[in-house]
Parts: sequence; C-alpha cells; structure tokens
Amino acid sequence: MSTTTTSITSANISMSPRMRLVMMGISLVAIMSITRLWTGFDNLTSSGTIGAALRLTVPIMLAGLAGLWAERVGILNIGIEGMMILGTWFGAFGAWKYGPWIGFLFAIFGGSLGGLIHAIATIKFNIDQVISGVVMNLLAFFGVRYLSELVFVGQPQGGISQSPPQSFAIPKIDVPFLAGGPLGSSTTPDSLGWLEERGWFIIGDLAGMTRGLMSGLSLASLIAVLLVPLSAWVLWRTSFGLRLRSSGEAPEAAESLGVNVIRVRYIGLLISGGLAGLGGGFLSIISSSYYRQGQTAGRGFIGLATMIFGNWRPSGILGGAAVFGYSEGIKLVAGGSITGLFLFILIVSAIIGLISLLQRNIKRGSTGIGIGVIALIAYLTVTEVPESLTQSLPYVITLVVLATASQRLRPPAKAGVPYRPGGAH
Amino acid sequence: MSDAAAAPTGPLGKILTPSRASGLRTSGTTLASSLIAVFIALAISALLLFITGKDPVAALTTMIDTAKNSDKLLEMMRRATPLIFSATAVAIGFKMNIFNIGVEGQYLFAALMAAEAGSHLSLPGPLHVAAILAVALISGAAWAGISAYLKVRKNVHEVISTIMLNYIALSFIQWIFNSFFRDDSVEGLNVKTTIIAESGWLPDIVEGRLNSMFIIALIVVAIFWVVVYRSRFGFKLRASGYNATAASTAGISATKMTVIALLLSGAVAGLVAMQSVLGETHAYGPSATPIQLGFAGITVALLGRNHPVGIVVAALLFGFLDSTSAQLQLAEVPNSIVKVMQAVIVLTVVIVNEAAVRRANIRTAERARAELAAGGAA
Amino acid sequence: MSSTLAVELRGIGKRFPGVIANYDVDLNVRSGTIHAVVGENGAGKSTLMKTLYGMQEPDSGTISVQGSERRFKSPSDAISAGIGMVHQHFMLADNLTVLENIILGSEPGRRGVIDMKQARARVEEIMLLISSDLDPDMPVSELGVGERQRVEIIKVLYRGARILILDEPTAVLVPEEVDELFATLNTLVSEGATVIFISHKLDEVLQVSDDITVMRQGTTVAETTPQQIDRSGLAELMVGSELPSPSGRTSTIGENIRLAVSNLTVVGVEGRPAVDNASLTVRSGEIVGIAGIEGNGQYELCAALLGLLPSKGTVAVDGKDLTKASTRQRHDAGLAYIPFDRHREGLMLNAPLWENTLLGREDEDQFSKGPLVDAASIRSYTAGIIERFGVLTPDESTPAFALSGGNQQKLIVGRTLTTNPGVLVAAHPTRGIDVGAQAAVWDEIRRARDNGMAVLLVSADLEELLGLSDTIAVMFDGQITATLNPDDVTASELGSYMTGAQKEATS
Repeated sequence: MSTTTTSITSANISMSPRMRLVMMGISLVAIMSITRLWTGFDNLTSSGTIGAALRLTVPIMLAGLAGLWAERVGILNIGIEGMMILGTWFGAFGAWKYGPWIGFLFAIFGGSLGGLIHAIATIKFNIDQVISGVVMNLLAFFGVRYLSELVFVGQPQGGISQSPPQSFAIPKIDVPFLAGGPLGSSTTPDSLGWLEERGWFIIGDLAGMTRGLMSGLSLASLIAVLLVPLSAWVLWRTSFGLRLRSSGEAPEAAESLGVNVIRVRYIGLLISGGLAGLGGGFLSIISSSYYRQGQTAGRGFIGLATMIFGNWRPSGILGGAAVFGYSEGIKLVAGGSITGLFLFILIVSAIIGLISLLQRNIKRGSTGIGIGVIALIAYLTVTEVPESLTQSLPYVITLVVLATASQRLRPPAKAGVPYRPGGAH
Repeated sequence: MSDAAAAPTGPLGKILTPSRASGLRTSGTTLASSLIAVFIALAISALLLFITGKDPVAALTTMIDTAKNSDKLLEMMRRATPLIFSATAVAIGFKMNIFNIGVEGQYLFAALMAAEAGSHLSLPGPLHVAAILAVALISGAAWAGISAYLKVRKNVHEVISTIMLNYIALSFIQWIFNSFFRDDSVEGLNVKTTIIAESGWLPDIVEGRLNSMFIIALIVVAIFWVVVYRSRFGFKLRASGYNATAASTAGISATKMTVIALLLSGAVAGLVAMQSVLGETHAYGPSATPIQLGFAGITVALLGRNHPVGIVVAALLFGFLDSTSAQLQLAEVPNSIVKVMQAVIVLTVVIVNEAAVRRANIRTAERARAELAAGGAA
Repeated sequence: MSSTLAVELRGIGKRFPGVIANYDVDLNVRSGTIHAVVGENGAGKSTLMKTLYGMQEPDSGTISVQGSERRFKSPSDAISAGIGMVHQHFMLADNLTVLENIILGSEPGRRGVIDMKQARARVEEIMLLISSDLDPDMPVSELGVGERQRVEIIKVLYRGARILILDEPTAVLVPEEVDELFATLNTLVSEGATVIFISHKLDEVLQVSDDITVMRQGTTVAETTPQQIDRSGLAELMVGSELPSPSGRTSTIGENIRLAVSNLTVVGVEGRPAVDNASLTVRSGEIVGIAGIEGNGQYELCAALLGLLPSKGTVAVDGKDLTKASTRQRHDAGLAYIPFDRHREGLMLNAPLWENTLLGREDEDQFSKGPLVDAASIRSYTAGIIERFGVLTPDESTPAFALSGGNQQKLIVGRTLTTNPGVLVAAHPTRGIDVGAQAAVWDEIRRARDNGMAVLLVSADLEELLGLSDTIAVMFDGQITATLNPDDVTASELGSYMTGAQKEATS
C-alpha cells in the first residue's frame, strides 16, 4: 500500500507545471463528460452553453483586467463597477447614434474618464483609494441617470433607466469547416457540430465546447479575449510594462532608477478605466442592444475577485472569469441542468478529497470529502434550484475562493500604499 | 529635577495654560474646509447643469423655496433619519480604519428578520417595539459578523467581503421572503410580510410627517458620541485607528477591536430601515422597504467626517436635497442632479479636507515651535 | 593597486538640525583597492557615503573622483561619475525577477520592446565576471540575503560603476555568504574596480581590506592598514580610548529577582533565530545594560519580553510566569516598555498628548469613571508629566506630531516611569533628548531604581550604558556573549565583544 501511495505522490511531483495544467484540464473535461452521460444533460458541454458562456465571460474578464492594470501600478481600484457603468451608458449612446464600433470607442472613453477622476483623487490629492473608488461608483451610478434624463427621455423606448435600442449589431461569424461557416459563397461542413451530435465520451464534449467558441462568435468577443495575451505581452515584455509593474512592486526602487512613478500610475489608471469601460460597453452593445440601469450587476466587483484569485495574472483572470461565465451560461441556457453541476462537484471533490487523504493531507482531504457529501445530498434531493439563490452564486464563489486561497496569493507588493515621490532615504 | 529641566519650568509655566485650543482648531479647520468644499461642489453642479442646457438658477430658487416650506423641513428630518443610522454604522468602522460597505445588506436583512419576528409577537406596546428593535440589532450584527469572521480568520479584506455579502443578502432575502415570510393572504402587487400588530408601531411625532424614530436616531448618535469619544472602549477603538502598532504595543488587541467594531457597526446598521418597519409600512417588502440607504450612509459619513455632529448635519443636508426632487422635476430640472450633487459634494469634501488637514497640521507644528521659541527667549 | 586616488574627500562637513553628522572628514581611497570605513553607530559613516553618492550635498569640503573635483546634485550625477551604491536596505522588487530588477530603467531594446536576449547576455557577462551563478529568471523573493546583495552589486555594475560603495554589506550575511562576497570583491578589484565598504565588523575588515579609515563621532580619526593594526587596536580607535567613567554608586541591588529570562529564542527572518537561547536575570534595584551593535537581536528580545513576538523559553516577572500572557497582562504584572521606534510603536501622532499618556492605561481606576474616561484627571496627570520631565509643548492638548523628537521621547519616558513599573525594559530611552534633559532622565531612572525597580536597558550610547548599568550583557548575533562589570571593562574589550571578535566562555 505504501508503495502505491508514494508512487501516486511522486507521480504528482514529477510533472512540469504546464503538463499538470493540461492533465487537470483533460481530467475535468472527462469528469464533465461522465456527468453529462450519466445525467443526460447534454447542455453541460453543448456549443450553445459554451457560446453563451463566452459572451458572459468577456465583461467579467475585462473588469478583471481593469483591476489588474490598476493594482499592478499600485492603486486599488474599487471603482471598476462605476467605470463599467459609465462604459455601458456611453457605449449604448455611441452605438445608438453612430453604430457599434463607435459605441465601443465611446465606452472606452467613458470608462477612462472615470479612471482619470480616480487617478487625480488618489495620486494628486492622495485621498484614500478605497474611499475614492466607492465614491466613483456612486458618482457613476447617479451620473448616468442624469445623463439618461437629458438624452434618453423622450426617445422611443428610452427613459431614465434605459436607452433606445440600437439598430446595427456587430456581425457574428461561424468558423468555416469547423462550425459550418460560409467560405466565399459556398457553405462548408459543420464538422464539430457533427462530432458534438455523436455525443462520444470526451470527444463529443471537446467538440461541443470548441464549437461553442467558433459559431456565433462576435468579433468583439474575439478582440476582447485577445486583450488578455496582449496585456500579458505588454506587461512582461516591454519596457513600459516593466516600469509599470515596478511602480506597483517597489516604487522607491523604481524612482531611484529613473522611473517616473507618478506618470506611470496615471497611465495605468487610464488604461484600467478604459478596459472597464470596454467591459461595460460589451454589456450594452453585445450582450444586449441597449443600456439598462443595473446592467453591470456587480460584475466590476466580481472582476476584482477574479483578479485576486487569478493571482494578478492575465491568464488567471481569464480562467476565473471563464468559471463565472460558464456557471452563468448554464443558468441561462439550461437552467435545469444545474443539478448536473452537483454531480460534477461531487465527483471532483471526492477525487480531490481521496487523493489528499492518501497524501496525508487530512485537512484538505476531509474538506474535500465533506463538500462531496454535501454535493451528493444536494444532487439527490434538490430538483430545482430557486432562481434567487442561483443569482448569488458568483458572489458566494468569490467569498469561498478568497477565504481559502489567501495563502498562495501574490499581490503587487505596494498596491494600496500611498506613495509620495522623493520618499526614499 | 536637575537644573536643565528647571529652566523650562519658568517660561513653560506661562505657556502651560490647559487649553482646548488645539482640539477646537482642528474642528474649525474641518468645518471651514467642508463648507468651502460644499460651495465648490455646488458650483460644479451648477456648471454641470449649465453645460447640459438646464437652468441652474431655477434649481437654486426651487431649493430655496423648498427650504421655506415647513412641511418640507419635516420631510427633510424624516429622510435624514435612516441616513443617520447608516452613517453612524459606517463611522464606527471608519474610526478603526475598517470599511463597512456592507451596511446595505446588513440593514435589509435586519429589516426582514425584524418585520417577520415582529409580526409573530404580541406584547404590550413598548416591549413589542423593543423586541423588534432587538431583533434588528442582532440580525444586523450577525450579517456583519460574517465579514468579521472572514477578516480575522481568513484574512479576507472587509471591502470585498462586505460588498459580496450585499449581493448575497439581496438573493438570500429574496429567497427567504418568497419561500417563507411572504404574506400571501393580502392581494396586490405590493407584497410584504404580515403586518405587525399595532402594539409594535412607533408613533409619529408629527402625524404622517415625522416619526419618533428621528428622536431615536438622535439618541443613537448621542450614544455613539459618548461611547467613541468619552468611553474607555471608544478610546481603545480610536487608538487602534490612530496607530494599530502602538495600540497593540500598549496591550490593546487589534483582533478583538476589529470584531467588536464590525459587530457594533452591523447592529447600528440594522436600525436603518426601522423607521419604515415601525413607523410607516409596518412590514418588510421588496417595494415597501427603501433600498440604497446603505450606500447613502457611506456618503453621509464621509461628508460628516465620521463625527456625530457632522453626521447629523450631513444627513439633514442630504435629506433636504432629496426632498427637493419633486419640486425640481416641476421646475424642469432633472431631479437626478440631486444625487449627482451629493456624490460631487462628498468627493470635493474628502479632497479639500485632506489637503486642508495636512496644511493645518503643518501650521500647528510651526505654531508650537514658535510659541516655545518665544517662551524660551523670555 | 596603484597610488592614484579613485576618491578623495577633503574637509567634508554636514549638519542637520540639532546634530552635526560630519565635520572635517578626510578620506583617501586608492584606485583598485578595497577601502574600509569603520566606526560605531552614529559615527557618521552612512551620512558620509550618502554625500559621496550624491543623495545630499555637503555643507563644506570637496569631492574628487579620479583626480577631478566633482559636485553631485543627485545620484544620477554620481552614477555618471562611475560610482555605484549598494544600500544596506536593498532596493529590490520582490516579485520581479533578478533580470527585471537589474535592467529596470535601463532596458535594452528597440521602440519599447525589451530585447531579452541582449539583456540576458549582458547580465550573464557580468555574472560570469564575478562568478555568480544566479538564475536571472528567479523572482527575487526566493533569493537568500547574500544572493540579493549580489543582485544589487550586478545592478550597479550593469550601469557602469567602477567605484562601488557598500553600506554594511555583511550585517545580514552568514559566514559562508561573507566569504562569497569577499571573493566577489577581490575579483572586482583585480579587474580594476575600487570598493569602499562601511562596516563595524572588525574581523572582516582586517581580513579583506587594503586600507582602513576609522571614524568616530562625525569625523575621521585614523587611517591605517591591516598590516599596521590589530583588532583590539581598531576597537580602541572606534570606541575611544577613554571610556566614560561610571559615577560612583552605592549598590541598591536587592535580593529578589524581578525579571527572569530563560532560554529565550525568537525566530527571525528566514528561520534564523533573532534571539538565540538567551538567558538573563535582573534583580530589584539593578540595571542590566545590553550592549551591542543595533541589529543583533536587541529589538526581538524586548518585543518577546512584552509578548509582541512569539518566542520559546520562559519569561517571569516577580516570580510570575508570563510566558503565555498577553501584552496587557504583562503590563498589569508590572512590566513596562520604552520602545525602540517611538513613532511606530509608541505614539499616536495625530492625537493630543493626554491621549498618548492614556494609551494602555484607560482601564485604570484613576483615569476612569465607570465605563467612561476621566478626561480631567488624565489631562492634569499629563500636565504633571510635562512639568516634571520638562516636555516643551504649548499644552497637553497639542497633537504629538507637533513636538520635536526629543520632547516626544521625554513624554514617553515620563508616562512610562510614572506607572511605577516593577520591571522597565528601556530601549535607548534618551535618544534624541538634549544633553541637559538627558541627565535629568537618568536621575529619574536612578531614583526609580533606588526604590526597587529593575531595569533592562538597551542602548548604543556608551555613556548612558556605562553610566547607568550595574552589569553589562553583550548581545551579538542573538546570543548573550558576555557579562561584564562596567567599572572594570576596557574600551577594547567592550569593542571586541560587541563586534563578535571575542566570546566569553559559556557560563
């Protein structure tokens, strides 16, 4: 028995981190596949669900990136929600008047405006960063009501909490050959769709999930997702990015080496606001075709949470946002399938629990088994999860992850610490 | 004492008249800078109105007219009541550098619990009201307690946890209300919990215009003042806020203070909707109970600089501004400008205050040095 | 090694409000040598190096580099003159990699994109030069202290420094790391660079340097070489051959042991013990002085006694075991503390003086009326302290930040002594206090001691230490390495123990 134990544990250690991620990913897909086959809920990995998930992931991901760019420069940005709100309003306004792409430009502008105010308040006037963020949120929330009263009231279907609908939408594409998109004037086979329909173990799921990313894909989503690798490249491969990160990690050291920390922080916050605005614009241009009060629904804060448990890395933010997007996608497209998620959680936590116990990690093992038991009970007894409770899912997940993950996190060292230049020595 | 120390005693004796001058000076600076900030904010708001093609003068005259209306003044106090509770709750946290953004969730949860509990009780008048208030206090504290636990044991920053708990509260309350507490015997769209018996009603001071909850609000603020500024516990609280390291070196436990501060903050938060539950609708309901009061409380606390008198004044100011919305609408000024104005006021006050206090501190230090130099020379 | 001077300082002087940091300083550093500048805390070495590195301008005197006179208005001027400084407190971003820390601000590349290959090549070239095997892609947080220092050295070399200044480089290193550092320094000078390093560790100075300049009380007092002097001679130069004579005293030491510390160990940074199995006792009416260069565990010792840091071992006051007690409980048992850092640990700067006096004492009967604070009583009490200890302030309502450092210290001393503690742990109690008031504070401490108070005194001020203490315990590297009699000890002996050159046979 002990030899098996050591071989399991040593097998875990010998893999490179990248391989481990891939293995974990495949295992999760396999477990999801088992769940699908067992429960018959095809929607768990269908292209429809994944497509919806992508649309729902993007705003949260952009909010997370917004938080990232701010905190990497050393400034807490609790006001992302407010900047997103500005983005939803300005985006809807621009799209309504001039079309979706101009709408996005307006959205970025609106968000950056919020970023600028936050920057001036915290950098120039040195007021508390959290207070500034909270006030930003209120300012934005009521500010757009005022603007709506000026501009939308009296317009068809417009009002103080809603904008008139937009007439033009950004085209959606289907990738040719894989998802049956047109090539020139002829149609191409929908190969992934075919595979998905067969419903084979793992292959069917992977096909469905991939197809979800390839059909009905909005150009805007594609561009937004590309911002993740772009952010990573800028932050880690350019001089600008290095100096930006150093301003959040060790501003005195950066200053002593000639970096203009103040200027860098302003730029970081403008980018942060712009990204938040973009996220908001996505909500009012892509996810729907008009602005509505409350559209952001706390996504700004959820974005902050993805930033925290994405460990302040763009890839982590994308992953975290994807989890939220997926759970919202399931809710939207296949509400009844949520109980299938209980089975999924049951299997995953049971496996983690067992492995942990074998590794002698009693605490994690028992927690895993415990969660598994709860999931089992839930799966067997609950037939329908009340709408009001599922609404709170993202926020509960956020708290749970924050509560359990705080040890391994690595925020920028000086985020939130007020900085006065010339303070060193 | 030896010679060297004896020398200062002479001139020191002249200067050493126990004076509260320094304390008053700081309050004076805060008050003056806040007033200046409010004027700046009003100017900005007027500018905003002007740029967007609305009439700032009309807005101003409407507000002045409203102020002359005694009915409106009562409305001002009525609107100020929940703001006072909310701001006091936030201020308790701020005294210890803790941000309780979760007042919103805490008070709604407390409102639901208190209303439902109250509807099942039948006690003589004052006891019934007291019981409802007790449930509200405990519920608010309990909801805040979740954040306290997360902060102290799991190192989760209270800003995020309280905000998340706000959203969770909304869902949770909705679920509980719809599943268990809703009074389905009453027809109509305005669903509520079962109406509380009259013994659980708090009487109005001015019939239909102002409830006794206003008095209770003032009492709570007074208690806040006494506890925070005069009691031993309050001293420990403020000491931890001034310098947590020095406080713990002196033996004041940071953990204990954090938990107590959050629980107290939550308890006071629980009273925010009690004017509605005890004096107006006598129940909890999604459209019967006012929302957004938690966030409004944050702005009032910031505007009032976390000081009891400041909070009451700020609450009255905001209550007044809120009461002008109907008239403004009639005067063709978009009444959402009121809320924007409030946000701008808070932002300017915080900024101006920060700058003013910093300058005042420099001047205090210089003045102290000058006084001593003058004393030494003589 | 040559006879040309890489750096020549003539008559450097620098004053700060109330204190003369440097006066009449002459320094001659020959090219291609390792030149050590030695002296105690407060001798003025750091100030001098800051001047040389352009962080501040001298009030008087000249600086010449490679024969030409220079004026440095900022570190960039010094850097362009080929001077690089490795600070005692490293300026590194923990979460960035070694490579990123080195190239920050001077990244090679075109149009903003970092040319990683070029950066790596240049850094590896330097690493090769000094035989360092650091992984450029490792985050700095994972590096040991010696390795971090290596990164700082590479940082200055990357920017073309030919004259390196190292400020107390071995203060945080273990012996193996010290050897590695010295090997690096020797390699550098063999390549033509010049190294100036500040230290108070005499063994190492004698081991590695070519020339030595000794500073004491703000000025240079001697220039010598390892061939011409030995460690006791150096110690004597550093400390001064005249030790302040302790005033004659009648012993007030009583029978009871009031403070008993046994086998105290405090874990410090990176698992190394900051306090290593230390034991001591203080009797009633006794003052035990802890001598030692700052940073050898004195702070951790005091903090552990007050329950501010976790520790192993036992602490007992008046026979009562306080090992598991909270800080508040220790105060109640009669333990009092004058902290090392008055701003960080001792004062609420924005609060009035009377609230600062109340701190920690708010539950005492004399200052409370039931649950409330008796403001009038604490105010008059504070006024009493102000008068008795000569705190210069307009009144007791003045916020603490408005007072000068010395007066802030007087308030802290006053508020602590008036609690009539049984055991006082005092960390440089008269730091910042002018000479006249200093004597007054010493009198107060002596008076309390005469009444039976036990005192554990930590101080870098030898006059204070020798003048007050009945026994001197020397702390080095977390251990109590010697117990000495202030009446008998010589300057060189004390210096040797303090710098770790000598250890008493274990008792």
